[in-house]
Amino acid sequence: MSLKAFHVFFISISILLCLTVGGWGIQSFVTGSNSVGILVGLFFILLGSALVVYELRFLRKFKNVSYL
Amino acid sequence: MEIPYTIKARPDTGLFNAKLGIWLFLASEVMLFGALFSSYILLRIGSVEWPHHVLDVPLATVNTAVLITSSITMVMSWASLMMKDFKKYRLYMGATVLLGFGFLIIKYFEYTHHFHSGELPSHSTFFAIYFTMTGLHGLHVIGGMIVNSYFWGPGSKMWKTEPERFTNRIEVAGLYWHFVDLVWIFLFPVLYLL
Repeated sequence: MSLKAFHVFFISISILLCLTVGGWGIQSFVTGSNSVGILVGLFFILLGSALVVYELRFLRKFKNVSYL
Repeated sequence: MEIPYTIKARPDTGLFNAKLGIWLFLASEVMLFGALFSSYILLRIGSVEWPHHVLDVPLATVNTAVLITSSITMVMSWASLMMKDFKKYRLYMGATVLLGFGFLIIKYFEYTHHFHSGELPSHSTFFAIYFTMTGLHGLHVIGGMIVNSYFWGPGSKMWKTEPERFTNRIEVAGLYWHFVDLVWIFLFPVLYLL
């Protein structure tokens, strides 16, 4: 597995984390259990969205590089 | 005698020597951190009470962003070498080292706060496993920074004599750095949020 493949895997896992934590933060704010959660949640949703855009651009730019 | 497969991949494995070596090493690292994550789960299941909201989530959030950014700069440094742009390589690799340093500084402030509050590893089972896991991860970050700093500085001389081999070395260092970042991606929710 090349660095390209591992990077794509890593960014995908990071996106999953960001969106999950983002959802958790907003949910904890709505239920009133954690007021800091909304800021953390919004930050992670922004970060996750940025990573989705980045990953798509990365895959387009490095489509000729091998995954092995 | 010349060592074979330092640049070109071995036909049967499809890997050059260093890449095979780093994946074997990373497999052992998976077992090491896997054992620690298993210990965490067993300790947590076996405990009557488990502390919540005792760690600084905003600081850890910043650290998560720092490490994700460092993985991007790391892969960009490798990509720069493939495009034969050594100046950009130096820039991205330097940024990777600085981001690793930034991560450690934030971790230092976090640790200091715990120490001043009397929350040492002996304080509770939670802090024992917290310091063990984040401490070991921190040591891996330091290890990666030492290697990356070497490749940014004196080790980069190889670019002039053996550019392909040097590019392979950066790829291998990048694989290690990504693994260290990936460990944090699992550590963060497990220790700080759950």
